[in-house]
Amino acid sequence: MSIVVENLTKKYGEQKAVNNISFKIETGEVVGFLGPNGAGKSTTMKMITCYMAPTSGNVELEGLSIHNDEDEIKKKIGYLPENNPLYLDMPIIDYLRFSAEIQGVPKKNIPERIAEMVETCGLQVEKHKKIGELSKGYRQRVGLAQAMIHNPEVLVLDEPTTGLDPNQIIEIRKLIKQLGKEKTVILSSHILSEVEATCDRILIINKGRIVADGTSSTLRSQAQGQELIVAEIGGADTETARKALLGLASVEKVDILENNSKQLTIQSKPEASSKKAVFDLCVEKGWYLLELRSIETRLEDVFRELTN
Amino acid sequence: MGKVWIIARRELASFFDSLIAYVMIILFLGLSGFFTWLFGNNIFLINQASLGVFFGIAFWTLFFFIPAITMKMLAEETRSGTIELLATKAISDGQIVMGKFLACLILVAIALACTLPYYITVSQLGEVDHGGIIGGYLGLLFLSAAYISIGLFASSITNNQIVAFLLALFIGIFFQVLFDVMGTSFRGAIGSTLGYLSMRAHFESLSRGVLDSRDLIYFLSITAIGLLFSQTMLSRRNWQG
Repeated sequence: MSIVVENLTKKYGEQKAVNNISFKIETGEVVGFLGPNGAGKSTTMKMITCYMAPTSGNVELEGLSIHNDEDEIKKKIGYLPENNPLYLDMPIIDYLRFSAEIQGVPKKNIPERIAEMVETCGLQVEKHKKIGELSKGYRQRVGLAQAMIHNPEVLVLDEPTTGLDPNQIIEIRKLIKQLGKEKTVILSSHILSEVEATCDRILIINKGRIVADGTSSTLRSQAQGQELIVAEIGGADTETARKALLGLASVEKVDILENNSKQLTIQSKPEASSKKAVFDLCVEKGWYLLELRSIETRLEDVFRELTN
Repeated sequence: MGKVWIIARRELASFFDSLIAYVMIILFLGLSGFFTWLFGNNIFLINQASLGVFFGIAFWTLFFFIPAITMKMLAEETRSGTIELLATKAISDGQIVMGKFLACLILVAIALACTLPYYITVSQLGEVDHGGIIGGYLGLLFLSAAYISIGLFASSITNNQIVAFLLALFIGIFFQVLFDVMGTSFRGAIGSTLGYLSMRAHFESLSRGVLDSRDLIYFLSITAIGLLFSQTMLSRRNWQG
C-alpha cells in the first residue's frame, strides 16, 4: 500500500496546523513523524485516516482518494489515536469483536482473528477483564489489537509508546518492527531514540511543514557538515598542543573542551579529515595520544537545529 | 443496516451492563405505576376501563427520562475521544447516529413493554377501547423517537453530559408545553403554526386511537430533523476551522 500525500493543508481558524505537506510512502516502509508538540503530526494522521477532511489537498492510498473512497480506505487502515481512547466499560474480547464487526471482517473469521490478536499483543493473561481494569501498558496493547484486528495493510500509530515503562516500550517497538515487515507503518513521536530505533525513514515536521526527510543516518550526515574530533594529548601542555594543532593544514579551529581538561576539540575544514595529521604531529613531536575519537552529531542536535 | 445494528447492540449492552437500563425501567414503572394506580386522579377515580391516565403520566415521565439516556450518547464519545476510533472505522457518521438512536428507542420500547400488564389488568376490569390503547402506545413510541432525536442533537453539540441533559430538556419543554401555550395566546397563522408544533395535540389524537397521517408526519419530521442535525454536528470536525 503506497501512500501519496499531496499539498495537504488543514487550517484551524487563521492558523495552519498542516501547511501544504507532500510526501510519498512506499509499501512496507516504516515511517516516523518526528516533531515538537503541536507541529501537526496528529492532524496529518487524522486526515490520512479519514477522521477529518483537509482544508485542501489530497491523500491517496493505492489510487483510492480520501475524498471519494472513504469507506474503502478506512477498511485498509488500522489506527491507534493519541492517548488511546477506549470504551472502558467493555470487556476486551467484546471490544475486539465489536471492532472486527464494524470493520467488516467476515463473521466466521472473527473468533480466529481475535485469538490471533490476543496472541500477538500478549493479552492472554488479561483477556477476560474489562478494559477499564487494565494497566496502561495493557490498554495500549488493546489499542494495537483493535487497530490490527481486520489485518489492515497500513497502520497509523499516534504516539504508540507514551506513558509506558521502559520494558513495555521495548516490547511495543519490537512489535512494530515485526509488523513493519509486511505492513506500511506510520508512527509519530517526539522521542528521537524511538523513531531512530523503529523507523526506516524519518519525516521531521515543524510548524505544519516537513523540514527534513530521510533515514536517520542521512539526516545526521546532512546536519554534520564538518568533522569534529576530540583528542587528548600526553607529553605536552595543553596550550602548546593547541598551537601546534592549529598549524596543521586541515584544521580550522581547536578548543579546549573544558577548563583544566587536557581534551581538545578539533574542527576540520569542510570536506577534510584531520585524524591522520593529528597522529603524525604527535609522532613527530614525540607526544602520545591518550584519546582520539570523532563526535557524531546526534539526532537530538539535528532535531533541535531544524525545529528551533 | 448491519453497521447500525452493531452500534445499537453495543449501546444496549452498555445500558444493561451499567445499570442505566434497570434504573430507568424501574423508575419509569414506579413513577407511572404510582400515579396511574395509587395517587391523585388515578384510574379508579375516573371510573372507566381506560389507560388514559397512564398515557398522560408517561407523556411526562418519558419527557424527563429520555434526556437522561441520550445525554451521554455522543457527548461522552467526544469527551473521551472514542469518537475518533469509531469514526476512523468503516462506518459513516450517519450510521453512528442511527445506531445510537435505535439503541435508545429499543430501551424505551422495553420500558413500555413492561407496562403491558397494566393493559391486561385494565382489560379485565371492563370494556376497553383496544384501538385507543394501541394508538396510545404508538403515540408514546413516536413521541419518544422525537425526544430521542432531540436528545441526541443536544448530546452532539457538547462534550458535557449535564449540559446535554439540560439542553435536551430546554429544547423539549418547547414541544412539551410552551408551543401549546404560545399557540393559544397568538392569533391567526402564527398561533396555528405554534399550536401545530406542540407534541401534546398530536399525541392526544393518537392516544384517542385516531391514526392521522398529519400526526405521523409531524413526529417523523421532528425525528428526522433531529437526527440530521445530530449527524451534521458530529461531522463538524470536517469543516470546522
